Amino acid sequence: MYQYDQYDQRIVDERAQQFRGQVERRLSGEIAESEFKPLRLQNGLYMQLHAYMLRVAIPYGLLSSKQMRSFAHICRTYDKGYGHFTTRQNLQINWPELQAIPKVLEELAGVEMHAIQTSGNCIRNTTSDQFAGVARDELEDPRPYCEIIRQWSTFHPEFAFLPRKFKIAVTGTPGDDRAAVRLHDIGIRIVEGERGERGFEILVGGGLGRTPMIAKVVRDFLPKRQLLPYLEAIMRVYNEQGRRDNKYKARIKILVDALGVEEFARRVEAEFELIKGEGLELTDSEIARVGAFFAPPPHESLPDSDAQLQALTLGSERTLGLWVRNNVIPHRVPGYCAVTVSLKEKGTPPGDVSDYQMDRLADLADNYSFGQLRATHHQNLVLADVKVADLPALHQELAACGLASANVGKLTDMICCPGLDFCALANARSIPIAEEIMQRFDDVDYLNDLGEISIKMSGCINACGHHHVGNIGILGIDKQGVEFYQLMLGGSHNNDASLGAIVGRAFAQDEIVGAIDTVLRVYLHQRSSPEERFVDTYRRIGMEPFKEALYGAN
Amino acid sequence: MELIKRGVVVEDGFKRVADDGELSSGDVLVSWARLQAEAASLLARSGRVGVRVPNDVDLEALAPYVEQLDLIAIEFPTYTDGRGYSLARRLRERHGFRGELRAVGDVLRDQLFYMRRCGFDAFELKEGKDVAGALEAFREFSVTYQGAADDPRPLFRRRGG
Repeated sequence: MYQYDQYDQRIVDERAQQFRGQVERRLSGEIAESEFKPLRLQNGLYMQLHAYMLRVAIPYGLLSSKQMRSFAHICRTYDKGYGHFTTRQNLQINWPELQAIPKVLEELAGVEMHAIQTSGNCIRNTTSDQFAGVARDELEDPRPYCEIIRQWSTFHPEFAFLPRKFKIAVTGTPGDDRAAVRLHDIGIRIVEGERGERGFEILVGGGLGRTPMIAKVVRDFLPKRQLLPYLEAIMRVYNEQGRRDNKYKARIKILVDALGVEEFARRVEAEFELIKGEGLELTDSEIARVGAFFAPPPHESLPDSDAQLQALTLGSERTLGLWVRNNVIPHRVPGYCAVTVSLKEKGTPPGDVSDYQMDRLADLADNYSFGQLRATHHQNLVLADVKVADLPALHQELAACGLASANVGKLTDMICCPGLDFCALANARSIPIAEEIMQRFDDVDYLNDLGEISIKMSGCINACGHHHVGNIGILGIDKQGVEFYQLMLGGSHNNDASLGAIVGRAFAQDEIVGAIDTVLRVYLHQRSSPEERFVDTYRRIGMEPFKEALYGAN
Repeated sequence: MELIKRGVVVEDGFKRVADDGELSSGDVLVSWARLQAEAASLLARSGRVGVRVPNDVDLEALAPYVEQLDLIAIEFPTYTDGRGYSLARRLRERHGFRGELRAVGDVLRDQLFYMRRCGFDAFELKEGKDVAGALEAFREFSVTYQGAADDPRPLFRRRGG
């Protein structure tokens, strides 16, 4: 993974120092909360319902065991002993004291981490594919470009006060978008040009929130060296022309939609023509320098293990077999596989991990996966370079610390926002509904029978739980002080990205999980074969059968 | 009026003149509307001329005057409105403006570092703010990743070199 040099280190050290000063000026009353707010927001510090929340950046989700141990220490020392992995591959701690934040940032800087631009109207953490560098269907590792974007966007002097927040995602697997690039302000796909040369397809204007939209292609092939000039052109057009009169219409998707993608692209290209001669184009040596940090770890030379992996799924140890089947994918290197550690356990909010579990995960990364972990945008973790032969031992160790749920990609592998339990914006609670779903659909055979299906839940229309792109989406709403839940069907965040549609009137808190059960029954009854996924059945039969089962003939 | 200019606190040498105010001798700062209305007579005066522009000014309309202006003051209506940063870079990097580029309006200490990088060299802090204390803001960072108006080379063209 990327290692800081003296320059990178100095930037995070100086940032920690700067924020210490800002906190001191706030505590002394020299600056008002209204002036402190954008400063703390540029540093990932939110004011939630009960306390401050600090969001730490995990650049493109990649972290070392040393960094994970630092998280454990921070959660134990400055928080309540747990942290929360987010859909943007970051980590949040929910209860830090303002006075302690400078110390936390110093500890983070000590392990090459920071909270820079994890909130605020600026360019946020660039996200990517959790299987980068190991997936068999990958064209090229996206992480070097993520790191290049991280550096370019960190304290970019021109783009710190954009109309609204700005999110970029990169995938190196054009055939299977595991980074949901079509749902980002800018989505970048590594593609091959006509002569087999590599470059980028650039999509702009995706996003969820109140006005969900799928990103549109602005440039179908961009030479690699032009990445930063092109991004800078997009950002400048947005910074100058994006709406600032209404925060709900300020995202770039609204600008792209208002202008039309052709006109938006024309403006970007005009700016790009002027920028590209200004010294921002990447050099081959910089691409090579950053790329070298993402070279594969020193894998052992092992025989092909596909048959061995297959055998484990069918072996006599049923718990192990189910876990391997659902949580493990083949690796491009013979003898290895990538393991997803599900953070969707009964009794724990999705994405939450205790300090003890963090320490254990760090140990397991050291012992089984070259000391590295990845956070996924499904709020899970990945050990990406595990020997197939080590799977039984790893499974046992994960089970011992309560991290062996075999539900990856299944119904209970839910995405859910913090909801009204933590968030000042929420209309309804999400975590208790998630827990009820976990409890109700607990049978692993049933989950496997349902196959690939996603539930995503948000406690308000800001859509942090991505409900628009869940196969089943749940949106918490408030009806005269009572929590209700709207049900949506048919969303998807992959290559076939689509937005779900609302089924009908909302359900009360004690009805919503029953409604999901009804939807699942309709699917099981209607699917053409056990192989037809939920979303495909929905696309084939449409909304009516679900509606009828949920609301009856009236 | 105190200003931060090239890293030190100085008195503003330009006199602000209202749109209906009389043009006295010496250096004057006028509105964008007045400059457009009276460009010929303003620019023929012996004193220096500055203009205060909104952050969404039409740059094509401003461009013809750029070479003859000694000061362009860009308004920050609120400090969360970042359009002035892009405007500043365009003026410096595209239009080659060499005169004083001043940030005015809701200008606070914690934007100064970014502003300077985008080409501002003068800062009129929001009323009541500690001008001398704000000078520290310029020293908070010793490394930058991007090329900008202050140095067009991104760090990767300077790294190890």
